[in-house]
Amino acid sequence: MRATRAIELGTGLFVLLGFAALFFLITQITSRQVGFGETGYRVSAWFEQVGGLKPGAPVSMSGVTIGRVESIGYDFAEYKAHVVLRIDRKFDRIPDDSDAAIFTAGLLGGQYVGIGPGGSETYFKDGDRIEFTQSAVVLENLISKFLFSKAAEQTPTDQEAP
Amino acid sequence: MQSETSPAVGSLVRLRGVRYVIGGRAIFDGLDVDIRRGEVTAVMGPSGTGKTTMLRLITGLVTAERGEVLVDGEEVSRLGRSDLYRLRRRMGMLFQNGALLTDLSVYENVAFPLREHTRLPERLIRPIVLAKLHAVGLRGAESLLPAELSGGMGRRVALARAIVMDPEILIYDEPFVGLDPISMGVVVRLIRELNDTLGLTSIVVSHDVHEIAAVADRAYLLSGGKVVATGSPSELNALDSAEVRQFMQGLPDGPVPFHYPAPDYAAQLFGARR
Amino acid sequence: MRQIARELRQSLSGSLVRIGKYSLFVGRLLSETPRALLRFRLVVEQVYNAGALSLVIIMLSGLFVGMVLGLQGYDLLQRFGSEESLGTAAALGLVKELGPVVTALLFAGRAGTALASELGLMRATDQIAALEMMAVDPVRRVVMPRFLGSVIAMPLLAAIFSMIGIFGAQLVGVQLMGVDPGQFWSQMKGAVEVADVMEGVIKSCVFGVACGAIAVYEGFHAIPTAEGVGRATTRTVVTSSVVVLLLDYMLTAVML
Repeated sequence: MRATRAIELGTGLFVLLGFAALFFLITQITSRQVGFGETGYRVSAWFEQVGGLKPGAPVSMSGVTIGRVESIGYDFAEYKAHVVLRIDRKFDRIPDDSDAAIFTAGLLGGQYVGIGPGGSETYFKDGDRIEFTQSAVVLENLISKFLFSKAAEQTPTDQEAP
Repeated sequence: MQSETSPAVGSLVRLRGVRYVIGGRAIFDGLDVDIRRGEVTAVMGPSGTGKTTMLRLITGLVTAERGEVLVDGEEVSRLGRSDLYRLRRRMGMLFQNGALLTDLSVYENVAFPLREHTRLPERLIRPIVLAKLHAVGLRGAESLLPAELSGGMGRRVALARAIVMDPEILIYDEPFVGLDPISMGVVVRLIRELNDTLGLTSIVVSHDVHEIAAVADRAYLLSGGKVVATGSPSELNALDSAEVRQFMQGLPDGPVPFHYPAPDYAAQLFGARR
Repeated sequence: MRQIARELRQSLSGSLVRIGKYSLFVGRLLSETPRALLRFRLVVEQVYNAGALSLVIIMLSGLFVGMVLGLQGYDLLQRFGSEESLGTAAALGLVKELGPVVTALLFAGRAGTALASELGLMRATDQIAALEMMAVDPVRRVVMPRFLGSVIAMPLLAAIFSMIGIFGAQLVGVQLMGVDPGQFWSQMKGAVEVADVMEGVIKSCVFGVACGAIAVYEGFHAIPTAEGVGRATTRTVVTSSVVVLLLDYMLTAVML
């Protein structure tokens, strides 16, 4: 075994560097934050339309990320999308009449859940439900609405005619 | 293990009617060889007669198509992997070019079989390795790498490695090829000494007639896939057979022709082109 | 006509035989894995040979691939007015595709050929036969550590490649082309998911098995002559490259 120590040192450095790179890739270029996820409390919200919202998307209040979307499912009892949000423990004073809405970051960016604080004196706790929700805006719907209203404006006579 | 079938003096290795074919050419057809216990047996023959192949048959590196290859009463080709390995631990083999592991030092090369097969601590391995290296006269070279050794030295290290597990059979594949006269003398002496002091059975494959004469108790002369003559080196020398004479005296033409089979020379020169 | 059919049949059965031999060999390697891991020191040595010694070429290539990606990505994205997405584009491209694939190709050229020629030389100089004669299984003692070294080294090398590549893209995009660094990183974070990183890791693990197995197979079964060793190294590079690209397509199709 010649120069065993040098080999071990080189291997150690290599393996360390490799795992550091892997760690970097997982923590620094993805939205996952280490240790987040199991701490904090859950609240649920029901939306008519979640659009392109995905699990792991941020939940923010006034632009500050306070949690993540944990899961998205379909609720046949209400015929709506059921979204579970996990809010970090630090943000424990969100009024329980706050509303949730789905927004798009930038024109083509990912979607996130925005929380608008209400005025209640009691706060959300684990398992609560957000009553007031506003669905995601689907671009196609917006465009078609816009086009219909334009069409309606331009040809009022056609519509009045029997 | 198995009951001792062969007597103390008798054949340890026995080949009977062996046929071995490679690439459609029969290397051996009906080969009979007996290697007696405790002796140095030489296997001689012109290049290409499959002397090395015979060693590979005995060690189970290749399997015969027909016939039996018995080592200490066991049919080599019928042994499973673990039984074959058990048998091989009783053999040592010296390859033509040493076949030392290039990335290990001389010391580690000799220690290699011990490290692989035993759980001996370093303080027991070291004296064994040094003793074997001393036996081949290379105790001082323990820290060299194989690339730093001359051909003769490399072969001696390989010899030390071959005897480190105290084998019963020691097999030499062309041990004299490419050695200077001094190294040659050293190897000849080592073969004889190791055989007698360690109580080995040795098989030496070679075509160096003089060295064989100096070292072997018995010799087989192979040609055309068969044994053409057998006996002590002096008996072989005295034999009046054309094949034996040609080989023992190094005559260029004879039963082994100088020319590779070819069409008639004159006809090829003048008649072939149309 | 009949001759063509016969040749076709022959070459088909030839390649089937080859695939069969490879599969049997890989099966043997995988079945030996637990036992080989026990002799960890031998594996460590080969992780060094396959991994640490390939580090420089991997890092250098990663940097330049990342820089090219930054340049090309910027040029492409600014046509749509979304050059802030450069970080996302570069990270996804590197982590999912270029990292594992380019690393595997470089690995085949650097470590794969080294392995094949080393084993081929051991075969040609009777070292393999000598191991057999010493009742040491050459597959266990020589082939397995080298195979495992490759399997361990590959995902780590690919991760290093991707990381350096992202910095390379950042270097060009942010420092040279003036993309906002905040946008670069935050868009990347918003769009790349852990699953994307894992896709790359799975790919490079599979490539590690493939490249390692091909290199040790070709080397171990090389014809024991100088020419045979040369041919084994060439075959290692060619076979590895084709197999990596083929597997890449299949894995991408499965995981997308």
